[in-house]
Amino acid sequence: MLLIPCPHCGPRPELEFSYGGEAHIARPRQPAELDDAAWANFLYTRRNTKGAHAERWRHARGCGRFFNVLRDTTSDKILTSYPVGAPRPDPRAADSAAPESAR
Amino acid sequence: MRLRTDGGGRVDRSRSLRFRFDGREYQGIAGDTLASALLANGVHLMGRSFKYHRPRGVLAAGAEEPNALVTVIRDDARSTPNLRATQVELYDGLVAESQNRWPSLERDLQRLNDVLSAFFPAGFYYKTFMWPRRAWKALYEPFIRRAAGLGRAPTRPDPDRYAQTYAHCEVLVVGAGPAGLAAARAAAATGARVILCDEQNEFGGSLLADRAARIDGMSAAAWAEAVVGELAANPAVTLLPRTTAFGYFPHNFLGLAQRLTDHLPSPVPGAARERLWQVRARAVVLATGAIERPLVFPGNDRPGILLAGAAQTYLNRYGVRVGERVVVVTATDAAYQAALDLKERGVDVAVIADVRARAEGPLVAAARAAGLSVLPSATVVGTDGDLRVSAITLGTVAADGSVRVGERIACDTVLMSGGFTPSVHLFSQSRGKLAWNDALRAFIPERSAESERSAGACRGVFDLAAALADGASAGQAAAAESGAAVAPSTRASLVEAASRSDEAVLGALPHPPGPVHKAFVDFQHDVTTRDLALAAREGFQSIEHVKRFTTTGMATDQGKTSNLNALAIVAGELGKSIPEVGLTTFRMPYTPTTFGSFAGLSRGALFDPVRTTPMHAWAEAHGAVFENVGLWKRARYYPRGGEDMHAAVARECRAVREGCGLFDASTLGKIEVVGADAAQFLERLYVNAWSGLAPGRARYGILCRDDGFIYDDGVIARLAKDRFHVTTTTGGAPRVLAMMEDYRQTEWPELEVWLTSTTEQWAVIAVQGPNARRVLEPLVEGVDLSPAALPHMGVATGRILNVPMRLFRVSFTGELGFEVNVPAGHGAAVWEAIYAAGQTHGITPYGTETMHVLRAEKGYIIVGQDTDGTVTPDDAGLSWAIGKSKPDFLGKRSLARASMRAPERKQLVGLRTRDPRLLLEEGAQIAERPGQTPPMQLLGHVTSSYASSVLGHSIALGLVAAGRARTGQTLYVPMPGGDVEVTVVSPVFYDPEGKRLNG
Ligand SMILES: [Zn+2]
Repeated sequence: MLLIPCPHCGPRPELEFSYGGEAHIARPRQPAELDDAAWANFLYTRRNTKGAHAERWRHARGCGRFFNVLRDTTSDKILTSYPVGAPRPDPRAADSAAPESAR
Repeated sequence: MRLRTDGGGRVDRSRSLRFRFDGREYQGIAGDTLASALLANGVHLMGRSFKYHRPRGVLAAGAEEPNALVTVIRDDARSTPNLRATQVELYDGLVAESQNRWPSLERDLQRLNDVLSAFFPAGFYYKTFMWPRRAWKALYEPFIRRAAGLGRAPTRPDPDRYAQTYAHCEVLVVGAGPAGLAAARAAAATGARVILCDEQNEFGGSLLADRAARIDGMSAAAWAEAVVGELAANPAVTLLPRTTAFGYFPHNFLGLAQRLTDHLPSPVPGAARERLWQVRARAVVLATGAIERPLVFPGNDRPGILLAGAAQTYLNRYGVRVGERVVVVTATDAAYQAALDLKERGVDVAVIADVRARAEGPLVAAARAAGLSVLPSATVVGTDGDLRVSAITLGTVAADGSVRVGERIACDTVLMSGGFTPSVHLFSQSRGKLAWNDALRAFIPERSAESERSAGACRGVFDLAAALADGASAGQAAAAESGAAVAPSTRASLVEAASRSDEAVLGALPHPPGPVHKAFVDFQHDVTTRDLALAAREGFQSIEHVKRFTTTGMATDQGKTSNLNALAIVAGELGKSIPEVGLTTFRMPYTPTTFGSFAGLSRGALFDPVRTTPMHAWAEAHGAVFENVGLWKRARYYPRGGEDMHAAVARECRAVREGCGLFDASTLGKIEVVGADAAQFLERLYVNAWSGLAPGRARYGILCRDDGFIYDDGVIARLAKDRFHVTTTTGGAPRVLAMMEDYRQTEWPELEVWLTSTTEQWAVIAVQGPNARRVLEPLVEGVDLSPAALPHMGVATGRILNVPMRLFRVSFTGELGFEVNVPAGHGAAVWEAIYAAGQTHGITPYGTETMHVLRAEKGYIIVGQDTDGTVTPDDAGLSWAIGKSKPDFLGKRSLARASMRAPERKQLVGLRTRDPRLLLEEGAQIAERPGQTPPMQLLGHVTSSYASSVLGHSIALGLVAAGRARTGQTLYVPMPGGDVEVTVVSPVFYDPEGKRLNG
């Protein structure tokens, strides 16, 4: 069971969270302007990253808030977590700045 | 008992214990395991092998035991199969049975498998039992399962209680042998919270069986006792004996299974049998030790042939001589100490056959000095004996590798020692990286994935002094890493023990050419050197494939004693190095763990939470039959007299259509959407238009995902400019709220809107039928119920019986209908008052089954029944609901794709059977032409099907390709009894003009 650092509540067990898929995929503001391929790409195409993966989690059984986590998919190591809207951190910088609990 | 020593060990000779094994009564003493007690009685034969039913004796003294699997039986409900006799603590009155034999251990008729073993090579099952196909289930599988049994499950429900607990600590130490004790002591000295667990009843590991070594001037066992005493006195230390760390999960989360009462003569009433510990540790020290390897030689599996270290443990820890005349076959120095200990205790050690060319070193010298004869460059040609080994034939290996057959030596016991395999199971589970160490002939931890360090024998540090030092430094480093203050270095322990080399062999010993007995590699799964060679010959290259083909390492012991030997043999056959061939995956659990400990209290009534509505007790009192809808209990129908469901539903339907029905709709999901941008928010989510909806009005809403498929539906009422009362399906409430929160928080944070789940806050009482208004009117205050004031889809707030109320004029039945929402605490009282007031109007409570029939008569869909995640609003005939002028909503872009508007899409239609009494099966397929056989072209399937007593015929809904264009066509539903003819009709069977609804 992962120990997930909620940016608002601190480290909590995975049981309290629900997964939200890959992060930083914003819904297009004007979907009508996208052709079918671009729209399908938004809907269905995901990176399936091996390594540092930015992903969404919701502290569903806690504060209820969505946030983002940078997780190494090869080791499950959580490099950092950050609020919705913040830019994706550099994984190398994030590693050294990882919260104590997520080491 | 001649085999019990006069003194010494960790047993209490003054307390004798009676026990039964396979129906025979024996005596043991306090401190024994079942295995040590049987050995003290001269019993080596403890099981039959899995495939060939060969007689097998105990091989080991611990968790790695592959042969001595037993079922311990307390009563009908408490029998535990597949326990290792080496780990079963003896108690007075213990009853155990061997497994995998019939009719008895001594006379097993399936021994025939062994005689016929030429026909049972590796992969035999895959090859032989393939044909004829139908014989598999009927014949082969039952036969194989009976022949290859691993004990029997109890026949009654488990009466025991299983506890679960979470724990946190700075340092978790797994294993309380020398390295583990040293690690725990060093970590505890820093003030850190330490948990120390060990699978055995007593802490000390190998120290408990080491009579030669002295630590800090004490015997090894006395030193262990002293350290345990010191740790026990420290309040920051938790000691968990009889506790197996079975799994290592991400982020230093470990599962520990603690056995609390299995060692007691009877279960303790009220006490838990086991406790599952889920431990989150800042740092972990693995001190899991090493497992001695058997040697692979012909006939190495006879009872009486066991590991040298096990014999040493039985002697020194349990005071049991495993035999009277022993031959030792070894590749290690360690076995010399075992031989010396046995000789000192009066056992005749015939010879030490050392497979190494050069047998030297302090222990070898000591053995020679003690008068033991040592035969270097030795090998084993074969053994004799059936239920017990009676002789061994040795040989010598010449420099050119040829084997000269030597003398045949009579003996009742053979001890073997091939080397030590570090127990890297947990390390590997933690995704740590292993590396091959050629000097040790073993894989050892190279790089940790977690905040973890291995110490002592589990990382190849076998020397006692080195293991103690390794443990201490690991414990201190772990504490420091977890943030504890660094304590001054603890003094190194002063160790007096003979030094020994780390030499070892892997794979099969050399033997002369020609036919030989089977040489077993995996004892529990009966895998021989020949099976592994066959796998290589048949082209298996990957060790993972060899494992599955031969089943080596796949038994309940997961190959603890066999994997490295198997790997070496396969590598040899393939002409590759061991690291090139690689290692199979280590999986949890380390040893089998009971289901009870995982289930804990989540069984019976506590298996799942149960949700009930405020009117639940009333429904129970009125005889309702309930159904589970998600976690909810919902009244399905209210039978009267001897009514079956069909009769009750027919009566309830008529009551609603002709008079008045009362329905508990409280389980509907409810979300309060509030804020200046509430309408805008719903506008973006739902397909419908909301901005134009006036306060006091409601609308049927459809929620799609961005892929354009229906996700949920429900009535949404606007109570004020900035306040909506959203209802969802019963099952959909949590996911709809989660989806709304997702968009609110992450896509449109600029919107001023708040979401609150109010499902549990409102009791919802549906009053439906031509008399509904007459029933409610006298009870309601402040709301005009007249059609002009409160038309269909009107909403009002007021009071009922002086309780605040939100009143919806809505109908899921097609009749004049109201849904009374009152605070949940008043639900039961208001329900009862409405029921009382409705008596003169024929009010009838109805359940979900009637609700389903009534809605299907009207063609109203149930999301998840009539839709399946591939159905668009238009497919469901609901395109009228879409706000066409809206610039965007979830799914709009997807619905604009050509394929989403294709006329051949499956569309919701009504279906009528030619025979009006015939009920279609929900899920049945629909075909265009009759008389086809599979494979055939299908048009769709039946989604809903009911007997409509009001209409006098059965009705069904279905999703049919180009369905609406087929109205009037005849289609066919292929069933086992033949095709059922159906006509495609409108999905609205009842009151298509909606006159009743608007009445
Ligand atoms: Zn939180």
